[in-house]
Amino acid sequence: MNGIHDLGGMQDLGHIPYARTEPVFHERWEGRIFALNRCAGAWRKWNLDASRFQRELIPPAEYLRMSYYERWVEGLVALLLKTGLLAREELASGRPSPGTSKVEPLLTPDKVWPFIARGTPANRDVQAQPRFQVGQPVRTVNIHPEGHTRLPRYARDKAGIIVRDHGVFVYPDTNALFQGEQPRHLYCVRFGAQELWGPQANAQDSVYLDLWETYLEAP
Amino acid sequence: MTSPISSAETGHDHDHDHDAGHSRQKLPSDPALRVKSLESLLVEKGLVDAAALDAVVEAYEHRIGPRNGARVIARAWVDPAYRQRLFADATAAIAELGFSGSQGEHMVAVENTSRVHNLVVCTLCSCYPLPLLGLPPVWYKSPAYRARAVIDPRGVLRELGLEIPDEVEIRVWDSTAEIRYLVVPERPARTDHLSEDDLAALVTRDSMIGVAKVAS
Repeated sequence: MNGIHDLGGMQDLGHIPYARTEPVFHERWEGRIFALNRCAGAWRKWNLDASRFQRELIPPAEYLRMSYYERWVEGLVALLLKTGLLAREELASGRPSPGTSKVEPLLTPDKVWPFIARGTPANRDVQAQPRFQVGQPVRTVNIHPEGHTRLPRYARDKAGIIVRDHGVFVYPDTNALFQGEQPRHLYCVRFGAQELWGPQANAQDSVYLDLWETYLEAP
Repeated sequence: MTSPISSAETGHDHDHDHDAGHSRQKLPSDPALRVKSLESLLVEKGLVDAAALDAVVEAYEHRIGPRNGARVIARAWVDPAYRQRLFADATAAIAELGFSGSQGEHMVAVENTSRVHNLVVCTLCSCYPLPLLGLPPVWYKSPAYRARAVIDPRGVLRELGLEIPDEVEIRVWDSTAEIRYLVVPERPARTDHLSEDDLAALVTRDSMIGVAKVAS
């Protein structure tokens, strides 16, 4: 989706709010919503790509107005409703609906650290012949899907060079829409800065993106 | 009494029509209240365990942070064989030091030299090598940084106090997939006498994102 989240190359967004040091969480609720996302996510009613897509659906003006973790509140509530873990009445009343039985939390305190330390690898042990080789010139496709994609606008219909084949990875464009992982080759592609931004860019600079095979074609 | 959780967010759920005014009429309230109410509802339903939430917060506040990444950098500076393994297979080399997991499942290390300067960004969201650097700072997640790092890396670095000479090549890494990038900064001059621990103490979070150099 050509949404506000796809920020690469935008101008006039002001200064970078830099601070040399800062607390991990600026307020207590930030830590709680971060942890709620982790713990509710353990039910596997949605995946990482779906949670990113949900935050992308926040309307542009709201997206820019909200703080980072406010977007996490929005995204989590929407996913809880969408997947049926929460009912709309429960959200409105703040209480479990009468008659619903209590479940046992999946992620207990003893499982938290192993869960974090193990992570959730996104590569898949699937045999697939790579369509491109390292060193090969490629061109990104010109697509504007209304769903989720990890091909940013600034890098569409641009010429680059394959610099690495990462192997076969879950495809976010389908996974985010609950249409399956549909794993395929993921490549690191180098783009010259002038290919992306024209003569105003420094000629020797470049931008590297990790792109799925579907985003690429032979030039 | 109505719950403070619900607000405009239900209006963002594109797959559902919502009852007019059912939850939208309530303006977004204080996020602290909304999150507190959401937490107690999810705990009451048994969907989450409050002590598990504490454990997640504790892990990211105290156990995971840039000190982890600094250990990797210091080892790479003092041990040429380790350095080689880090650039050949960063995930495995980092795991040797005990660091792995969520948002660092697939790591790539990139090297700053006198000729090449690397800078990491996530233009689409906030991807960041959590096991090594902890949670990303506010500026890294800000629209301004995400927007400008790819189109004007030299201007961004200058704004953050780092001037990169024209002849030095800048490589910007936009974390568009589940690969996480770690910048290996240049070892500062006149540090030959320092131990690995002393060196690790010099390495900053910013130097591993690529917005600063390591000072001796």
